[in-house]
Amino acid sequence: MSKEKFDYFIKGEKGKYEVVIGLEVHAQVLSKSKLFSGSSTKFGADPNNQVSLIDSAFPGMLPVINEECVKQAVRTGLGLNAKINNYSVFDRKNYFYADLPQGYQISQYKNPIVGEGKVLLDMPYGSKEIGIERLHLEQDAGKSIHDMDPSNTYVDLNRSGIALMEIVSKPDLRSPDEVNAYIKKLRSIMRYLGTCDGNMQEGSLRADVNVSVRKEGDKNFGTRCEIKNVNSIKFMQMAIEYEAARQVELIENGKAIDQETRLFDTKKNETRSMRSKEDAHDYRYFPDPDLLPLKLEQKLIDDLKKTLPELPDKKKERFIKEYGLNAYEANVLVSEKEISDYYEEVAKLSDKKLAATWMMGDLFAMLNDKGLDISKSPISAKHFAELVQSIKSGEISGRIAKEVFEIMLETGDNPKKIIESKGLKQQSDPKELEKMINEILTKNKDKVDQYKSGKEKLFGFFVGQVMKSSGGKANPQLTNEILKKLLKG
Amino acid sequence: MADITNQSLNEIIENVKTKKVSSTDLTKAYIKNIESAKKLNAFVTTTFDQALDKAKQFDNKPNFDQLLPGIPLAVKDLFCTENTKTTAGSNILNNFIPSYESTVTKNLWNNGSFLLGKLNCDEFAMGSSNETSHYGNVINPVGDQLVPGGSSGGSSSALAADLTPATIGTDTGGSIRQPASFTGTVGLKPTYGLCSRWGIVAFASSLDQAGPMTKTIKDCAIMLESMSGFDDKDSTSINKKKEQYSKNLKDNIKGLKIGIPKEYRVDNMPKEVDELWEKGKKILKDLGAQLIDISLPHTKYALPTYYIVAPAEASSNLARYDGVRYGYRSKQGKDLIEMYEKTRSEGFGDEVKRRILIGTYVLSSGYYDAYYLKAQKVRQLIKKDFDDSFTKIDAILTPSTPSSAFKIGEKTNDPVSMYLNDIFTVPVNLAGLPALSMPAGVDKQGYPLGLQLIGKALDEQKILNIGYAFEKNCGFKNEIKKWWS
Repeated sequence: MSKEKFDYFIKGEKGKYEVVIGLEVHAQVLSKSKLFSGSSTKFGADPNNQVSLIDSAFPGMLPVINEECVKQAVRTGLGLNAKINNYSVFDRKNYFYADLPQGYQISQYKNPIVGEGKVLLDMPYGSKEIGIERLHLEQDAGKSIHDMDPSNTYVDLNRSGIALMEIVSKPDLRSPDEVNAYIKKLRSIMRYLGTCDGNMQEGSLRADVNVSVRKEGDKNFGTRCEIKNVNSIKFMQMAIEYEAARQVELIENGKAIDQETRLFDTKKNETRSMRSKEDAHDYRYFPDPDLLPLKLEQKLIDDLKKTLPELPDKKKERFIKEYGLNAYEANVLVSEKEISDYYEEVAKLSDKKLAATWMMGDLFAMLNDKGLDISKSPISAKHFAELVQSIKSGEISGRIAKEVFEIMLETGDNPKKIIESKGLKQQSDPKELEKMINEILTKNKDKVDQYKSGKEKLFGFFVGQVMKSSGGKANPQLTNEILKKLLKG
Repeated sequence: MADITNQSLNEIIENVKTKKVSSTDLTKAYIKNIESAKKLNAFVTTTFDQALDKAKQFDNKPNFDQLLPGIPLAVKDLFCTENTKTTAGSNILNNFIPSYESTVTKNLWNNGSFLLGKLNCDEFAMGSSNETSHYGNVINPVGDQLVPGGSSGGSSSALAADLTPATIGTDTGGSIRQPASFTGTVGLKPTYGLCSRWGIVAFASSLDQAGPMTKTIKDCAIMLESMSGFDDKDSTSINKKKEQYSKNLKDNIKGLKIGIPKEYRVDNMPKEVDELWEKGKKILKDLGAQLIDISLPHTKYALPTYYIVAPAEASSNLARYDGVRYGYRSKQGKDLIEMYEKTRSEGFGDEVKRRILIGTYVLSSGYYDAYYLKAQKVRQLIKKDFDDSFTKIDAILTPSTPSSAFKIGEKTNDPVSMYLNDIFTVPVNLAGLPALSMPAGVDKQGYPLGLQLIGKALDEQKILNIGYAFEKNCGFKNEIKKWWS
């Protein structure tokens, strides 16, 4: 593949500016119950139906750590090639808000459960490593609902206490495209691991985006602004573009950038100041005395490591080696675990390369069209493999295959049955074809004469007649050969 | 039968078991006492009807194998009790009725006892005289001008006045032992983690511990056995086998090594306290114990350390009282922030506000290292002092308090002198150790004074045994005239 060159710079009047981006991703841990209570974490329940006395911070209630959430964080850390800390501490982050019942969030401050790691991105200009600074566990807050009543705010505590992993990247990202690739990669890894469903619509994955700019070639970072709580990749990209341009403009006009927290207004497509550094909360972090430090035995970590599934980077390498795919194909097919599973099932039963081509073509187009995940595909991997194999063996042509695909979609039948019952099988018997072609030539004696006298354009007419009479099933290559032979004689 | 309510819990249990008294008659006797003792202001809430129902149930179907068969008990109003108002002595919880029962009280009820009422205490257990309660100060039965100690002042007062056969309190810096000392009763702060904190309104989580308050050491053993035990709902609860403290109570302390820390002889300590300490040493020595001089060099830093750690934790623990979900909410306030401000201004008393302010300050960025972090380091040194000493001794003997009960109002305008009252009790909480206050004598005014026995972690049995032997040989008798009835 030809490699493009990285080229994302903001062009000012006084030069080119590089954009430096770091992300704090909040990923909801996949777990049945909350981080410190037994309440359910299911999405979409009626307000305040999944709230225990602990989540609503009644007097005398105490948190007890959910072991599964800890394991999920460790799995994620391992998936990010990160250092797992055998000793970590839960701290209280103190602030008042109506949807924060305890008056503090239990989080990890100085001693997170996961330390430094890295994530590999496949960019058109080559692969790029993004450093992970840390991953820590923390509680989610509840939700304040301001638009249900003109004078009151309602609070829904279903989300209060659900476990989040905050994954902090190093400031290694340089463009909205890299942010897109990074989020997708994180999401893919966590979905492979089963540690986060990555559902951005339901808020399972949100991010705070840190943006700064600097003149191309500068070694020092510029002053950064943090854009809070952006919940889609598209908005992240728009926010970065807006914010980078705003900062460049300030610099070019000789103005300073204030380190501050900003909000992205999705309606106006702009970021605006939420609070300056001076107004920053003093969270008064201190170790939560209700919880003992979290001590993980190395054996637990090692055992979890042994049970990790094959992750996308490894799988991609294997797909290239084992199935002879190119890097692009392999990349697409490993992006989601379900896609790779589907592909492997199809590839086992049919031609590997053709399977990849047809999956990425017709199957993906259909799923995209219907807005379906591959796990909900109306065509099973087994049926799809049969279809690919029918093309490979010459039983049907590519054109007929598209027809069979449509019927499979409608009826759910297997392709063999469709090909047989509809008589779609390619006519490849030379004797039968010759018999048919002879009949056609006899019927069109005048045209044959014209052809022979030099009107060679008529060859196409004869092919058309053969196809018409065979219902499109005549093997095109064989048809050509026989026609040529007979017309010569 | 003579007045049963001036007997010890152990004697009462025997009387119930031998059917000399029914649970109903016992309960009625206490109700009568309580109704004639309103002047003491020991109760915030009484649950007489409910108690009489439970007593009747017990009498109809008695189970004498239980540790506390048919025994009515009043408890400090810091323990959440299901369907019974729980105020923590604060206006901010003046309407709070929990839907749940604290583990410790549930343990008591599971052993055959039932609730008689909720006892007054300092607001959120912050105080040493029971003068910070929103429900008014409690009076010490020892004298009508005296404080009962705090924060478990309602508990000590009710116990000494025969309004409950035994009770429980909580001890964050001395809140069980100091009031026990002021009222001539026994109070035990167990090892941190021995009794579950689940369902107890939190003051300072790393220091809070529930414990028994009783008339005798034997009663103390019975109560401790009933209330303690591992609880998986409290992450700091210690998972260990339950002990039979009352069955294993022994008065032979021959050969035990008792440490006498030189740092507990403080300036301006009344002579009587010193004399009492000497008396205690002599009794133990006469019983065959060996006295060993020890040093706990960081003792002088305990009080300042405590008054950083405890308020820091409290400032965060009390953040949940915001008027949003339960408890008091101010009717004023135009927006969320104003609602918070008014609710907390009107809901909390001065002492609680003072500690929230101190706690918020010491945790603030720029001050954290100088105060909170340093205090945590000193706390480790204080703990290490004890650990080092306990390699050569079995227990430590000290006075419980630097003075006997003081007068109501005497220290309310001088918080530091009030805080100084906790000087002997606070180091124990910082180190997480068990300690017992036992009555040992009276001062020249006739007010009770206590001595404190500090044990190794989880060594409750040993300090109870020493206390048991001491009690038999000390000759202290709590002479309280029932002037209030």
